[in-house]
Amino acid sequence: MMNFPGWQVDIGLEIHAQLNTASKIFSGSATAFGATPNQQASFIDMGLPGVLPVANGAVFEKAVRFGLGIGAKINRVSKFDRKNYFYPDLPKGYQITQMDEPIVLGGQVTIETEEGEKIIRITRAHLEEDAGKSVHDAYDDATAIDLNRAGTPLLEIVSEPDMKSAADAVAYARKIHQLVTYLDVCDGNMAEGSLRFDANISVRRVNEETLGVRSEIKNLNSFRFLEQAIHFEIERQIQTLESGGSLIQDTRLFDPDRKETRQMRSKETSTDYRYFPEPDLLPVELSDTFIDQIQAGMPELPDEKSSRFQSEYRLTEADARLLANDLTLANYFEAVAQGVTDPKTAANWIKGDLIGKLNETETQISSTPVSPKQLVELIGLIEQDVISGKIAKDIFQALWSKEADSPRAYVEEKGLKQVSDAGALEPLIQTLIDANPKQANDLREGKDKLMGFFVGQVMKQTSGQANPQQVNRILRNLLGL
Amino acid sequence: MSIEFDSIQTLREALDGKAISATELTKHFLSRIDQLDPSLNSYITVEHERALSTAAAIDKKLMAGERATLLGIPIAEKDIFCTEGVRTTAGSKMLAEYRPPFDSTATANLAAAGVIRLGKCNLDEFAMGSSNENSYFGAVKNPWNQERVPGGSSGGSAAAVAGGLCVAATGTDTGGSIRQPSAFCGLTGIKPTYGRVSRWGMIAFASSLDQAGPMARSAADAALLLEAMAGPDEKDSSCLTVSVDPYSTLIRQPLEGMRIGIVRSLLAEGLSESIAEAFEDCRKGLEKLGATFVEIELMHHHHSVGAYYVIAPAEASANLARYDGVRFGYRCEDPADLQDLYLRSRNEGFGDEVKRRILVGTFALSAGYYDAYYKQAQRVRRLIQGDFLQAFDQVDMILTPTTPTTAFSLGENTEDPVAMYLQDIYTISANLAGLPAISFPAGMSLGLPIGLQLVGPHLKEATLLSCVHQFQQVTDWHHQHPRNWA
Repeated sequence: MMNFPGWQVDIGLEIHAQLNTASKIFSGSATAFGATPNQQASFIDMGLPGVLPVANGAVFEKAVRFGLGIGAKINRVSKFDRKNYFYPDLPKGYQITQMDEPIVLGGQVTIETEEGEKIIRITRAHLEEDAGKSVHDAYDDATAIDLNRAGTPLLEIVSEPDMKSAADAVAYARKIHQLVTYLDVCDGNMAEGSLRFDANISVRRVNEETLGVRSEIKNLNSFRFLEQAIHFEIERQIQTLESGGSLIQDTRLFDPDRKETRQMRSKETSTDYRYFPEPDLLPVELSDTFIDQIQAGMPELPDEKSSRFQSEYRLTEADARLLANDLTLANYFEAVAQGVTDPKTAANWIKGDLIGKLNETETQISSTPVSPKQLVELIGLIEQDVISGKIAKDIFQALWSKEADSPRAYVEEKGLKQVSDAGALEPLIQTLIDANPKQANDLREGKDKLMGFFVGQVMKQTSGQANPQQVNRILRNLLGL
Repeated sequence: MSIEFDSIQTLREALDGKAISATELTKHFLSRIDQLDPSLNSYITVEHERALSTAAAIDKKLMAGERATLLGIPIAEKDIFCTEGVRTTAGSKMLAEYRPPFDSTATANLAAAGVIRLGKCNLDEFAMGSSNENSYFGAVKNPWNQERVPGGSSGGSAAAVAGGLCVAATGTDTGGSIRQPSAFCGLTGIKPTYGRVSRWGMIAFASSLDQAGPMARSAADAALLLEAMAGPDEKDSSCLTVSVDPYSTLIRQPLEGMRIGIVRSLLAEGLSESIAEAFEDCRKGLEKLGATFVEIELMHHHHSVGAYYVIAPAEASANLARYDGVRFGYRCEDPADLQDLYLRSRNEGFGDEVKRRILVGTFALSAGYYDAYYKQAQRVRRLIQGDFLQAFDQVDMILTPTTPTTAFSLGENTEDPVAMYLQDIYTISANLAGLPAISFPAGMSLGLPIGLQLVGPHLKEATLLSCVHQFQQVTDWHHQHPRNWA
């Protein structure tokens, strides 16, 4: 990252997380991604005259779960407001959101940075409905409107300006991504826009106490764009100020092709949203019982899981953190660990072969072709001395490419069983001794390194199926060692 | 034959006794509409075919021995209730050709009760007005005197019922839009407790104030209609979940022992002499029936018009934002760009009064003005609610005039919005407080009906209906009909 001596940076994020409820926040329409345009838009989503919103109870549960996950205050009473603005994909001409009484207040998360752990404070999280989509490339002479997304429930998570670099912001964004997926409030699918970021960025001289003039970069939909946009923006702001210019508060858009931000509107021309309480919906009142029930059903969070992996499976801290980082990966690990004798073997296979392969092929753990059940069977075959580690790696490849299904059946089918049978190995080793009298002699006289030569030869001739320990034993026997 | 002014009870007996069929009854009203409505303009859409086919189906049911209180009763609906496949205009050019894909809950409830819908009634555009002069489909005339307005915004409904062009009609009331036209046309009209009738499918004007109710010739008829319209509805979060009282039975409750409040300050300046006299006569009549009168105060009542004309336009400014020319409704010709599409569609599609209220509401919600207007108005609203709560510790209901004057002349108040807004001075507070209120005929002045209003506590519709019903047992104001207009 570029360094700007004498300057410091303040970044706050607004993260829109799509809640993974089956139906929309104020209508019964489905929320599934990718449907035919407007097939998931009900009369309510279209904002027809005379329709009324009815709140979907599931969204409150999700919001409370997130609030409890960040140690926030859950407002027993919150309410909805109308945020008024005109846009073709905003069917009612207002968005239903929560303005001054959000459901979640305060809370914090801890992020890992190069300078150590940092606490990022969260101001609030509130519920709102998503807008539809304007589709500009469907027709030559018109913009089309797809209202399938209109009314999708969002949790907008607003942080304090506690991040001091693009790396901090990305670490925080990843932490929130991890939390919302762990808590099962959001599917975390970045490609489908399930998590979107607005970044508020300002710079100030190192000794300046008040925050600088901020720019808000809207609608960043990947960690990479978030990082690039912040980098660009920091540089732009500092260069403007250093060259004697001044900044104005504005809203900007990031152009991923040019890796730069461009002004969308300045504060002077910003919309007055004319918020007022939504008269079609009653205030949301949450009972203690409701909150207690959610508390009781809270899943284990990443930090707790990592500690447990260390104590329960004797993993190193680094391994435990790596595996607990992603819920799907953690579940994968536990499924494998519980089926094998040594959980560490499971950890090694996952962080080595599996993650290596996932990274190499840019595959998400959720779509890995090798199931935990297959990996358990594979490790079991090693633990039972049925196959060697080398053969196991070949079988893993076969599982990955779907060439193999059951490792055990594959071993049978291809005859890959490790040969430990002395009757089968002895003649082979004797022939090797006879064919290499000099090496045999040297070995007898104490050149232990030559043991490797013989074992290697045996492995070669058995295509890796010989049990190396057995080969060792027979060889020593035949040479009278 | 004057079955057009018969009560629902009389028609019920005629239908059940096969003295008349639902088809004959429907044809009678349709022919009256065809013949007489050109001079009233009370209907925007007359559903000849649909009404007759409904009537035919109902005749079969009647023949088969099916019986229900409203089975075969021809009514009209204010054209602000969505009716599936039948255009629903809200009196606006914006929705002049709009056909909703679903029925409002009130419409569906009435249909389930067996009514025959004759058509959709004229109204002030988006229910904004007190004279029915703000309709894209033209002004409605008062059948009592065609130089006069029928009141608004449910002016078409009022004129149609008063003129014998339907048995009863639905209305909506945001600041008096059921009660004021009921008063001007000699009808009994009730605005129920906020949330008693579902707002689903009722095109919104001001969501926290809008409430649907019936407009009829008597408390007995109104009770039957309200029974059918009201009830819980999970499609409307503000709809009350308590079950509906059997109003048509409860209206027989005697008035004996009822305590009725009178607010002196509301009878002082601005009230026409004839209405003040009618008020006094009514008081005496109710006393004879066993009611006692108690003077009460409503400390903040005089702020109600001011608070209303901030809150209602504020909500309307948001509710009417969806009419943008993008998805449905009026769209301007050849828009140059998005901004032009918005500006011209809304400028050409909305009438002056609607634009005035959108502007007022937008202003009241704007940054820097919100606290001084919207928030302040909400404070006043809570004070007014508090006043009523206190009053109902002492009395069962409150008697007031419905309007300061009888029906005024067409064009009389159109140049002065404030004078027009003051029409609602007695009615608005019930909307702000969410209380049930009924207007009923209680006199005549120079050939025009006089209406008085009773306001009751939350969900006490039965108390109001029974009081008016008892009054109507000993008076005949509600039996007077305009006979010189056709």
